[in-house]
Amino acid sequence: MNNLELKKHANDVRKGIVTAVHGAKAGHPGGSLSAADVFTFLYFEEMNIDPENPKMEDRDRFVLSKGHTAPGLYSALANRGFFPVEDLPTLRHLGSYLQGHPCIHIPGVDMSSGSLGQGISAAVGMALGARMGGKGYRVYTLLGDGELEEGQVWEASMFAGHRKLDNLCVMVDNNNLQIDGPIDQVCSPYPIDRKFEAFNFHVINVDAHDFDAMRAAFQEARETKGMPTCIVFHSLKGKGVSFMENNIDWHGKAPNDEQYAVAMADLEKIGAELEKEGEE
Amino acid sequence: MAEKNGQETVVKKVATRESYGNALKELAEEFPQLVVLDADLAAATKTEVFKKAYPERHIDCGIAEANMMGIAAGLSLTGKIPFVSSFAMFAAGRAFEQVRNSIGYPHLNVKIGATHAGITVGEDGATHQCNEDIALMRTIPGMVVMCPADDVEAKAAVRAALEYEGPVYIRFGRAAVPVINDKPGYKFEIGKGSVVREGTDVTIVATGICVDSALGAAGKLAAEGISAEVVSICTIKPLDEEIIINSAKKTGKVVTVEEHSVIGGLGSAVCDTLSANLPTRVKKLGMQDVFGESGSAAALVQKYGLDAEGVYQSVKEFM
Repeated sequence: MNNLELKKHANDVRKGIVTAVHGAKAGHPGGSLSAADVFTFLYFEEMNIDPENPKMEDRDRFVLSKGHTAPGLYSALANRGFFPVEDLPTLRHLGSYLQGHPCIHIPGVDMSSGSLGQGISAAVGMALGARMGGKGYRVYTLLGDGELEEGQVWEASMFAGHRKLDNLCVMVDNNNLQIDGPIDQVCSPYPIDRKFEAFNFHVINVDAHDFDAMRAAFQEARETKGMPTCIVFHSLKGKGVSFMENNIDWHGKAPNDEQYAVAMADLEKIGAELEKEGEE
Repeated sequence: MAEKNGQETVVKKVATRESYGNALKELAEEFPQLVVLDADLAAATKTEVFKKAYPERHIDCGIAEANMMGIAAGLSLTGKIPFVSSFAMFAAGRAFEQVRNSIGYPHLNVKIGATHAGITVGEDGATHQCNEDIALMRTIPGMVVMCPADDVEAKAAVRAALEYEGPVYIRFGRAAVPVINDKPGYKFEIGKGSVVREGTDVTIVATGICVDSALGAAGKLAAEGISAEVVSICTIKPLDEEIIINSAKKTGKVVTVEEHSVIGGLGSAVCDTLSANLPTRVKKLGMQDVFGESGSAAALVQKYGLDAEGVYQSVKEFM
């Protein structure tokens, strides 16, 4: 898939995020939007998955360790055809299958997650299970940068490095903001890359909004043998919605009707530009 | 049961943690998906025999129980049946939230073999004596909680856990305990208790190593003309409500015995059942909202009134 197509899908994923969170009147748009391009690339390009057969035995697996950004995952899954996009506004509603945090019973969701630090361990277990079973599939997990403050992340990383799980790709959405402020002011996990290197990972620093760089990074990860890979995605929290960008207030808050209209107008504008780009 | 004033009989004693390790090894061929995880305690959890026989199926996670639970969750999602081993304190205590969120909530096919439960950990003292695990594990929806009484029941529980689809917690002990279930016709089923001694005056419901104490106490009570029925409960969740209600109907008085806090364990589960179905006077024996301490297992069990003599005294007072 070319970059323009990916960008269009990513823009649709962002619309879905904003729509889901608006519908829920709660949720986490900031970190969903910062990771929207990563979600898009994973589900439209990188991973071997089948929306018609979500439990396909030898599919690649994805665990959203930063589970609070479920709107991003759900929107990517819906846009990829795992379930109707029209269901996104039911997010967090009583009776909806779209739970506030990822739940294994949702089509396409490989693991329940949301309690920070736990998703990476499950992903490591999956990668180990794949190797023990002689399976060729890969396991991906996305962590928040604030999540790196959880000790369990490093227990899991130590294990993955020790076991040389080269079928594992750990990704960090480094948007630099957590609830209480910039991560380096709350309890700095920097330097992130050198920490993972010290845990025997191959580390790649990538712009989270550059599909060429992303493509190259995932290729490098797949070709890296004898150690797991960690891709540190340098991202912009709230990316794509003008008033949410790099604004900590939008970590875990839903837009009201007026804000929703502005957000959607921002994304419609980006969409129109992409259409124009396609015609040129 | 060897009694001081009775005929000296040779009682076979096995720690249920030994039974656990042996069962894993014995069942490995029959359950090729079985893998065993440890957090640097294989020598103590007794899974070492499995590790030696099937090194490629044993995963030492290092001293990191939280991560171990998550790894087990991930492994189960690739078709493995992980048996996660650690001390009860760390499996149910330290890693409670991982068990709840990464195993319980997605209802994964992960088995937890928690050894060194209760005060019979002995000399290590209160930090390592977990008297809360049954209470913690009972609160997780869909979690099966078992506490075998002896070698026979422990092995049967491990097999039953492997045959069952879903999360299971089994509690094992450190100290060697008498084998009481090596009888012809012994059958084990998750969720089924058994009347191991019939009686009419009082029901003693016991779990784990306290079943032996209850039987000993029943013998002493019989000598004084008190007929105690002993109900052995291995599966605390789901509880065999019928066997408890039926026995309580007959005797009208219930004493529960467990090597666990009286808050949230077997006693609480029995009270939940009886208060809803057949309000009955219940006395709960166990750790009375206190921490344990260092000492030999036998001395601790005696001090906290969970040996045959202690149970006997408590039941007598209750009558």
